[in-house]
Amino acid sequence: MNNESLQNLIGSWDSELTFTEEGSEFLNISVQPKQLHRLMKQLKTNAETQFDYLFCLTGVDWETSLGVVYHLESTTHRHIVVVKVQTEDRKNPAFDTVSDIWKTAEFHEREVFDFFGIKFNHHPNLKRLFLTDEWVGYPLRKDYVDEINMVVK
Amino acid sequence: METIAVNNSFKSEEYFINMGPQHPATHGVLRLLLTVDGEIIKKVEPDLGYIHRSIEKMCERDSYQQIVHLTDRMDYLSSHINNEAVCLTVEHALQLEIPDRVKVIRTIIGELTRIASHTLWWGVMGMDVGALTTYFYGFRDRELINDIFEETCGARLTMNYNIPGGLMFDIHPNFVRRTKDFIAHFKTKLPEYDTLLTENIIFQKRMKGVGILSKEDAISYGASGPVGRGSGYSCDVRKYHPYSALDKVAFNEALGYEGDSFARYQVRIQEIWESISIIEQLIDNIPEGNHQVATNAVIKLPKGEFYQKVETARGELGVYIISTGTKNPYRLKFRSPGFSNLSLLNRIAVGGKIGDLVATMATLDLVIPDIDR
Repeated sequence: MNNESLQNLIGSWDSELTFTEEGSEFLNISVQPKQLHRLMKQLKTNAETQFDYLFCLTGVDWETSLGVVYHLESTTHRHIVVVKVQTEDRKNPAFDTVSDIWKTAEFHEREVFDFFGIKFNHHPNLKRLFLTDEWVGYPLRKDYVDEINMVVK
Repeated sequence: METIAVNNSFKSEEYFINMGPQHPATHGVLRLLLTVDGEIIKKVEPDLGYIHRSIEKMCERDSYQQIVHLTDRMDYLSSHINNEAVCLTVEHALQLEIPDRVKVIRTIIGELTRIASHTLWWGVMGMDVGALTTYFYGFRDRELINDIFEETCGARLTMNYNIPGGLMFDIHPNFVRRTKDFIAHFKTKLPEYDTLLTENIIFQKRMKGVGILSKEDAISYGASGPVGRGSGYSCDVRKYHPYSALDKVAFNEALGYEGDSFARYQVRIQEIWESISIIEQLIDNIPEGNHQVATNAVIKLPKGEFYQKVETARGELGVYIISTGTKNPYRLKFRSPGFSNLSLLNRIAVGGKIGDLVATMATLDLVIPDIDR
């Protein structure tokens, strides 16, 4: 399915989604945190979309907000879509987990939690993955400071 | 009537055991927390981060030329392909027209890298399950490829031969001859691998029916490379998203169907043959032309997001760059194949024996710096 028909189909499920192809080769969908899990479930189970392969899950610090980017591919139809979700809450950012939909998200979400401090509701085992439990702060955030170990150019 | 007291005191008890971070079968600093009941594994929990260097954070302050050099410190056995992934992303973002000569040379060296990686894997995998001879066979043949790399790229492991815009320098005059010599020689040696190990009944009994991964799980856990293909999951990036000269060559995607360790083993052996075939199709037809196109000394990507997939020896490597139009990426994410392949270890190892875990991990072919990044 090409980007246009994907947009028409997915847009018919929920009117609050925003779509863009600007600055990206894939169709980008922005979704509100509350609708995230329902949209993801539908993207995977709908017979026409069948996005069964979550090939990349990225945490991003947009400075004004924190977000997660999901790259999805269908192994049947071979189309790709990018889903983005953001929150302005930097103190207590949280989204619903998608690890019940794609198992690979379990590790990827732990990595995002470790480096960005984004919590994932209902995650089966949400704890730091690479860093020790005593580590203070979230290193991949833009405002993270470590005067000893980080070389600033 | 007399009752006989039954002794119920022999209860089994679950306990923890540490495997690693210095265990030889983990091939690097990976620590596995095993919950076992006797010999039976109840849970495998990886503890990561022993070699984490935060390459993604370092990339945010590096130029695009510098980032290439960091990537061969991830999966060092696929260093050329990792370098290529970043270069392809940057070239795609700049919409550079890359000469055919560069594309063909990149593909040949990429496939040589794959052969070298699989040969090393074959050697150490045999050693993991107790066959020491394979180790020497594997390293003996890989050495010949390293010599070719050394002559052309100047390095044997972390090659840094790719730059955004092409290759660092042209191939060495001996490259074509030596590659052909190697292929001719290796084609006589590869059947020995089968007689030594593949057909060995003790080896087969250790591998068959061990660490079974279903196709549904393979997709759900994001498995890629030979790990996914061993379960009949067709996931070769070279087929579905061909890059460089891979759209010009004919090759078969190696697939297994049993999903066990032996299937993953056979997929890799088959892949070596396919890589040989790809190199044979290209080695006599390297187009003439320039080995690079000029780029600005300071590369600035346009504002936007760029994603590139490549197939390393371990599976799908993704490079995701978010650019705000400056000389550094705003955010750069490496989707590494080993990370996803490790996440399914608990799924396939539970219920098996500790000895089976070693055989299973050997066929996942993990490179720890690729996972830790």
